Amino acid sequence: MSGSRISARFDRLKSENRPGLVTFITAGDPDRGTSQSILDALPEAGADLIELGMPFSDPMADGPAIQAASLRALKNGANMKQTLEMVASFRNNDGQTPVILMGYYNPIYAYGPEKFMADAKSAGVDGLIVVDLPPEETELQKPVKAAGLDFIYLTAPTTGDDRLPHVVEHAGGFIYYVSITGITGTKSASAGAVETAVERIRRHTSLPIAVGFGIKTPAQAAEIGRFADAVVVGSALVSQIEENLNGDGPAAGACRDAVLGLVRDLAGGLKS
Amino acid sequence: MTKPNTYQRGPDSDGHFGLYGGRYVAETLMPLILDVERAYDEARNDPAFRAELNSYLTSYVGRPTPLYFAERLTEQLGGARIYFKREDLNHTGAHKINNCMGQILLAKRMGKRRIIAETGAGQHGVATATVCALFGLECVVYMGEIDIERQAPNVCRMKMLGAEVRPVTSGSGTLKDAMNDALRDWVATVEDTYYLIGTVAGPHPYPTMVRDYQSVIGDETKAQINEIEGRNPDTLLACIGGGSNAIGMFHPFLDDEEVRIIAVEASGEGIETGKHAASLTAGEPGVLHGNRTYLLQDDDGQITEAHSISAGLDYPGIGPEHAWLHDLGRVEYVSIRDDEAVDAFQLCTEAEGIIPALESAHAVAHAAKIAPGLAPDHLMVINMSGRGDKDLESVGAYLKARES
Ligand SMILES: Cc1ncc(COP(=O)(O)O)c(C=O)c1O
Repeated sequence: MSGSRISARFDRLKSENRPGLVTFITAGDPDRGTSQSILDALPEAGADLIELGMPFSDPMADGPAIQAASLRALKNGANMKQTLEMVASFRNNDGQTPVILMGYYNPIYAYGPEKFMADAKSAGVDGLIVVDLPPEETELQKPVKAAGLDFIYLTAPTTGDDRLPHVVEHAGGFIYYVSITGITGTKSASAGAVETAVERIRRHTSLPIAVGFGIKTPAQAAEIGRFADAVVVGSALVSQIEENLNGDGPAAGACRDAVLGLVRDLAGGLKS
Repeated sequence: MTKPNTYQRGPDSDGHFGLYGGRYVAETLMPLILDVERAYDEARNDPAFRAELNSYLTSYVGRPTPLYFAERLTEQLGGARIYFKREDLNHTGAHKINNCMGQILLAKRMGKRRIIAETGAGQHGVATATVCALFGLECVVYMGEIDIERQAPNVCRMKMLGAEVRPVTSGSGTLKDAMNDALRDWVATVEDTYYLIGTVAGPHPYPTMVRDYQSVIGDETKAQINEIEGRNPDTLLACIGGGSNAIGMFHPFLDDEEVRIIAVEASGEGIETGKHAASLTAGEPGVLHGNRTYLLQDDDGQITEAHSISAGLDYPGIGPEHAWLHDLGRVEYVSIRDDEAVDAFQLCTEAEGIIPALESAHAVAHAAKIAPGLAPDHLMVINMSGRGDKDLESVGAYLKARES
């Protein structure tokens, strides 16, 4: 069965009757060592699913925080191979927390899609989000399925009822609802609007629905968690890294503690 | 690759030119892109829309532009008979306004009230600000901070025309980054905003739509050269940034097999230095800004910075239709260095009293290379895509640095 870690995790969340916390960090930000130490500690701090950003030079759907994270990582030598190595290393100690790679198509295309899917699968990746690959561009659907990974599709406020069936048709794992029309880390949607949208999507799919973009605080996470199956927090975590860098030097401890501290608060908010 | 029956029919219904093109955008934008496509299809088939566009092209833009026999340049080079297609004589001084006129009428038809654009040399920004002033629409232009510096006169013009110029500091601070920021704006403002892309890049339908609006260049050229010389030209030459002036000139001639078609990329300080903007000569296929095409990138698929003295050619990609024509071998893609372009800039200015845009000077430079070896009855048409007033400072600084 494909994406078994993802569905197992959502099953467990359901049985525990609580929404999941999906945390996003960029692989290799600010450097490989720090990033690995954060990644490895995320489940213990309260992350139920992990989204790992694949750094890209031109992240068109991202706001300043995640743009800067990508550039920090690339400056310090991040690349696709290293991202997969980080997942493999994470898997040495954690066999259960789902890991989803999120990014843009070009680095995957340059790597070679078939080879990338195979390598991702053997590194322990469970799913893939490719921001600039809408369902109209079908070329990754086969390789993703063939490798036994879940292809997670984004839906947005602009995705109308006429379009939703087409988007969910090829989706696996869960549906990622982008709650604002905008880039990451900027504005936040009202909980009421998000709730209406989530109900609308549920009429088209039985997959779990995770809500992201614009969720920054434990209170916001808790509010969205009342009706979503999971909430995604990215820019707020990545900003913790930026704020705790000491000059250009290695960041290690302070960055890790700040990120994990916020993860704990977010998880606490979701449980209460 | 097998040769198609015609080079003029593309793209397919999903916007693919063979392997290239497509719609690689975030889901938030996808419904918008489909809207633009629908609106464009309707407008294209509406005689009233076409009549309105033609009327503005005539009375406001100043079309048709002349096809000018460059007699002194022809004499000095001592070979082919050289004509200039005078897009520099358009209102605002470049071919960019042909496309802006079409797209602004489309945006109005779609009921949009805010226009955004990216610009490199500032020519597209100026043309966009101009049509926004003409129709009283709000205008925001994204421009890399490096380009703001080297194209100062155009920044001034845009502001005077009422546009807001937003400096882009991300990435390399040039055209590709301006396009990223324009796309980021659009994702957040989809309701009331129209993105007026300035070249044959972006997701479908932009590469096709911009080509169609620029094809007036080639249509006129064909009629004019046949009127003057009684036949098609032997060689067409145009410079390539994203590729809009080139495809506009080339498209009506693609199926005329006797016409040799050459596009000129910018090789900056030289291909071997890595500091260039020659996506077809030195790039690999990849996906950026909504389409698949040749891109300057590293082994990991990270986009690398383009370099050219000419801000309008300083882009690490190229329109997807050019990628397709390149692979099919229908169009030849060559490249010209900064120093060669500056020499041609001076040559053209002194021989003809026409100051070419640095972009267009790349096409002139290639003509200077090949014309001397050609017969006197060889007809060559260069697309003079724009005028060079905006470049006087850049060229002055370059020459000063070269002397010292
Ligand atoms: C005068 C002129 N020519 C050419 C270009 C290059 O663009 P394109 O390749 O789309 O014609 C520009 C772009 O700014 C320009 O201003």
